[in-house]
Amino acid sequence: MKPIIEMKEIEKHFGSVIALAGVTIDFYPGECHCLLGDNGAGKSTFIKTMSGVHKPTAGEIRFEGKPMHFDDPRDSIAAGIATVYQDLAMIPLMSVSRNFFMGNEPIKTRMGMSFFDHEYANETTMSEMRKMGISLRGPDQAVGTLSGGERQTVAIARAVHFGAKVLILDEPTSALGVRQTANVLATVDKVRKQGIAVVFITHNVRHAMAVGDRFTVLNRGKTYGTAVKGEITPEELQDLMAGGQELATLEGSLGGTV
Amino acid sequence: MTDALKNDERIKEMSQLRRSLIRPELGGIVGTVAVFTFFLLFAFDSGMFNAQGVLNWSVVSAQFMIIAVGACLLMIAGEFDLSVGSMIGFAGMMIAIFSITLGWPMWIAILITFVICIGFGALNGFIVVRTGLPSFIVTLATLFILRGFTIFIPQTLERKTIIGGIREAAEGDWLGPIFGGKILGSAFQWLGDAGIIGVFTRGNLKGQPIVNGIPMLIVWALLLVIVGHIVLTRTRFGNWIFAAGGDAQAARYAGVPVDRVKIIMFMFTAFCATVFAVCQVMEFGSAGADRGLLKEFEAIIAVVIGGALLTGGYGSVIGAALGALIFGVVQQGLFFANVESSLFRVFLGVILLLAVILNTYIRRLITGER
Repeated sequence: MKPIIEMKEIEKHFGSVIALAGVTIDFYPGECHCLLGDNGAGKSTFIKTMSGVHKPTAGEIRFEGKPMHFDDPRDSIAAGIATVYQDLAMIPLMSVSRNFFMGNEPIKTRMGMSFFDHEYANETTMSEMRKMGISLRGPDQAVGTLSGGERQTVAIARAVHFGAKVLILDEPTSALGVRQTANVLATVDKVRKQGIAVVFITHNVRHAMAVGDRFTVLNRGKTYGTAVKGEITPEELQDLMAGGQELATLEGSLGGTV
Repeated sequence: MTDALKNDERIKEMSQLRRSLIRPELGGIVGTVAVFTFFLLFAFDSGMFNAQGVLNWSVVSAQFMIIAVGACLLMIAGEFDLSVGSMIGFAGMMIAIFSITLGWPMWIAILITFVICIGFGALNGFIVVRTGLPSFIVTLATLFILRGFTIFIPQTLERKTIIGGIREAAEGDWLGPIFGGKILGSAFQWLGDAGIIGVFTRGNLKGQPIVNGIPMLIVWALLLVIVGHIVLTRTRFGNWIFAAGGDAQAARYAGVPVDRVKIIMFMFTAFCATVFAVCQVMEFGSAGADRGLLKEFEAIIAVVIGGALLTGGYGSVIGAALGALIFGVVQQGLFFANVESSLFRVFLGVILLLAVILNTYIRRLITGER
């Protein structure tokens, strides 16, 4: 199987700070690739170079085998890379259907002028939400009335609907309760089965183990390599994330509960 | 997942009536009904509801509406413009300078003024999106800069701060009447002849109706409200306006050109202020350096009474228009009802407070804010 995105020796410097010091990862369609790491490991910077928010200082991005340069998020969205940010996925004051089509508004033409096609938008939103198992009072219901898990699900459904080939999820479960987390993980599983490459950023090893096919741990701007499902235990991942020793001591004092 | 498809048992069913009532304009609708009820009860015989009276408060409300539409769309896009009042004074003065001092044809004076003022609007927007400073501060600076020029330029060129003779200069011009003219004159003549509205009974206007047409100011106000409402609710650009004000970063990530939207909205606000100014100089026949004072606040008050959220992302042009109507009717109605004019501010403050409380309650019902 050929990777859909190859990130080769990606470096990113912010002034004198080296956020990424040469990271190489391949992402495959139909797989959920978990990107783990503690705070400040460079996870967010890394996915922002994939989604066109940051330009890498050095390194190469190959998308479907061809080198790619993203000048801004629109470019990467157009190429089929969609990112769902933790708390910036949706606008709470706007209706679900307006959010769903934000930036991709359907257009109908009346008397030579183009208008927002609310009928199409409302119908599509309702049917997509039903597929994801969310029951809405109506397409004009504000996103602010949805739970955190539902908002993530709407954002994922939106990305898939608009033909994402790569779906980047930035800590989608970190602010969610148990049941909502389970719903989001189930959604990730559905999306993966449609042949979409999922990049799942988390610092929760259990969430990663639940849906991941491959695991890469980032630490201080570098990777420790990529492991395939079954080759690595949750404990090993946990140790890699925290850089080993210190956590082992901490775990000892906490009775192995972390 | 089948049980999730059923309605959530924790969400109460809403009746159809309740759902149709819960909308951003509700506060404005309730306020309008309340204000009209009040004046119909207490000032019905004062002449407020005959043809002249209606024209009187309609013109004042239409003035508020013109600037409220611009302020409303800009506020929904997440920004303020405090320079609206100064822009009105500046635009009026520029027309006077170009047409009277420099003697250019009126239509050229008006068009150049539009270009200059929309340019200032674009500059406001550009500075705001580039520096990331609050628009409150940037446009406060513009407020002083424009007002300063509005006083300095006529003083330097003409040694006075009021320039007259604009109505005469506009005579025979094709563009002037589009702002200062009246329409449906013959219809009002007919109404006068039929005895439905009052006519002059003596003097050289004998037989002519006292109200002899609908001022273009009102036509502009209605046109801007309708266009503004359609753009906001029925177009792709309208969705971008909501998104830019709701959460600029989330909108950018979704591919919305937030900076462009905001700059265009600043330009539109400047356009509305200039329309106001042109209508005003055509009506008065003169431009004064103190015109438009405090108009920015009146526009913002109308918009907030109309249900828009001060921090952006939520609001309605129809609501803002109703807010302007409430404002105009109260201001003129108290005059008709012979209420001491200083009480206008008390009345306005109370309405503003009640409207904002009601609007906040409605908005929470709709958006699930806590």
